[in-house]
Amino acid sequence: MPAEAAAAKTRATDPSEPHMILVDHVTKSFGRGEQAVLALDDVSVTIRPNEFFTLLGPSGCGKTTLLRLIAGFELPTRGQILLDGQEIGHLPPYRRPVNTVFQNYALFPHMTVAENISFGLEMLGKPVKEIADTTARMLDLVRMEHLAGRHTAALSGGQQQRVALARALAPHPKVLLLDEPLSALDLKLRKAMQIELKRLQSETGITFVFVTHDQEEALTMSDRIAVMDTGHILQVGTPRDIYNHPARRFVADFIGDINIIDAELESVSGDRGRITFPGGGTATAQLQTASMRPGRVSLAIRPENVELTDPGDARATTQGEIENVVYFGVGSNVHVRLRDGSELIARSAEVKGQTGDRVGVILPDEHLQVIAD
Amino acid sequence: MADLTASRTKPVAAPSARKARRMTDLRRQPGFNAMAWGCIVFLYSPIVVLIVFSFNDNRSVVRWTEFSLRWYGEAFQNKGIRNATVISLQVASVATFFATIFATLAALATTRVRAYKGQTLAYAIINQPLMVPEIVTAVSTLALFTIIKKATGVNGIGYLMLAHTVFCIPFAYMPIRARLEDMDLTMEQAGADLYATPYQVFRRITLPLLMPGVFAGAMLAFVVSLDDIIISLLVAGPGETTLPIFILGQIRRGITPEINAVSTLLLGLSLFFVILLFWITRKRK
Repeated sequence: MPAEAAAAKTRATDPSEPHMILVDHVTKSFGRGEQAVLALDDVSVTIRPNEFFTLLGPSGCGKTTLLRLIAGFELPTRGQILLDGQEIGHLPPYRRPVNTVFQNYALFPHMTVAENISFGLEMLGKPVKEIADTTARMLDLVRMEHLAGRHTAALSGGQQQRVALARALAPHPKVLLLDEPLSALDLKLRKAMQIELKRLQSETGITFVFVTHDQEEALTMSDRIAVMDTGHILQVGTPRDIYNHPARRFVADFIGDINIIDAELESVSGDRGRITFPGGGTATAQLQTASMRPGRVSLAIRPENVELTDPGDARATTQGEIENVVYFGVGSNVHVRLRDGSELIARSAEVKGQTGDRVGVILPDEHLQVIAD
Repeated sequence: MADLTASRTKPVAAPSARKARRMTDLRRQPGFNAMAWGCIVFLYSPIVVLIVFSFNDNRSVVRWTEFSLRWYGEAFQNKGIRNATVISLQVASVATFFATIFATLAALATTRVRAYKGQTLAYAIINQPLMVPEIVTAVSTLALFTIIKKATGVNGIGYLMLAHTVFCIPFAYMPIRARLEDMDLTMEQAGADLYATPYQVFRRITLPLLMPGVFAGAMLAFVVSLDDIIISLLVAGPGETTLPIFILGQIRRGITPEINAVSTLLLGLSLFFVILLFWITRKRK
């Protein structure tokens, strides 16, 4: 492991930093011996108070396992989980001040909406008056007062979703865990619920840990995102950080559309590097990892940051030919074949050229990222 | 390279799929209807005969004369039938009660635990009474009870109830286990997540959701106990004649319309349970 990465890992779990949840070198494997599957491999992450934190990654990346470890449905094989300074990694779920919104909602079908919502408070042994008051407040919060006496099986998907939220929020947990709660809803409802969730988070001030494989959802709602793959956290940052400065090829590829170009790193000065393209042209790019050495590297640039111009334009970084123009409503994707044979996409609202035209390609320095594989 | 514009068309459900399904539909096979009706007639014509002649105003069970409830009246008057019915209901109730409790515990122990060594064996042991020929169980139970009776000097209907409880357990176990396996585990996790201790989860979530299975198991156990003859015949002591034993004894002296009437009532009772069961499971789903 490179020294920088090790340092970053230690920094990620500094207990003096304000935290709500601190996942400290947690490993989780399922099964024994040769059939053992490593779901989480030495993962460390700090989730701050009052934060909307998202675990983002493809299925099987370990995001749900991490959530279940925080909830207490699984126990870590190694490592610690701290909640507000207290080790909770080995407590049963009913002793953790953490509540979950399940992917399939898991509402109790033999109870009414109100009974579902008051269940947690009842189990905590709260006074009857307080249970009634809080339940009423929660019903109001998710706008379900009119259905309080209804059985949950008769509700629509969106309504079930809101009951599940109210039920998990009612005991006022320190952390609310959400396991892909929007995946069962149709697109329009999903958009509405995204805004609703964000509203609930700021109104209640509870730390939300949200699991999703939908990058757009993650970018829309989160304060910070952890991108995960094969049991590792690859990058933690604000949506802007993650989108504009992906540190790894996987992150760049997973979030939005991006061009990955092979190039040669000539020299390094500070956090910037001198680049030459195999098809000709040079540029200065930002380095995402300090340990970069000259040699072959991957360059990343978003399609909307690629500019096309006349072949003779002095600002052009390199040259190419338009292969195809694909219109998609608010703009077009222009597929450009570079001189070395690689393909690049430029996105813009208006396109001047057409298939077969020779073009100059401008890759602005400030948008070029050298990324690690 | 990811491309937003790449079309993500969903495969359209082909109309030929429905056609294919219609072609493999069993009901469209030649002779299906004849076969189905044949089965129904074979199964139910004896029962129809039984019911019809229970309302016959005549001693004969083969010659119809006139409609009457006479044999029902006589059956109710018959002291032997009345005593046997009371014994049967007592034994069935006690056996059902205990068998259902044990079956529920067994079902929980075989589904709501981390996989353990010998789980398959446990499952086999619980279901074994279904496989062993009943006459073997009856003879061995009789032998064991005789030893116990000799050693302790204790007699009574408790032995019959115990024997019934034992063979009712696997019948009660099956629907309860099926229900538990169908039940979404996240319900119970949600309960634990909302601060319910394992006992509270069982009391407030698992058990209420399990009730249709428990009812189904209990009814099955009740009917099986009510219907049992071989074990009852061997284990029952003097004065512990159950209804099936009584009917068997009567039939040796020829079928009487009185027996038809009792049998029809028994049939009605089990039909009632079947309908109740159907109604409960449908309501819960």
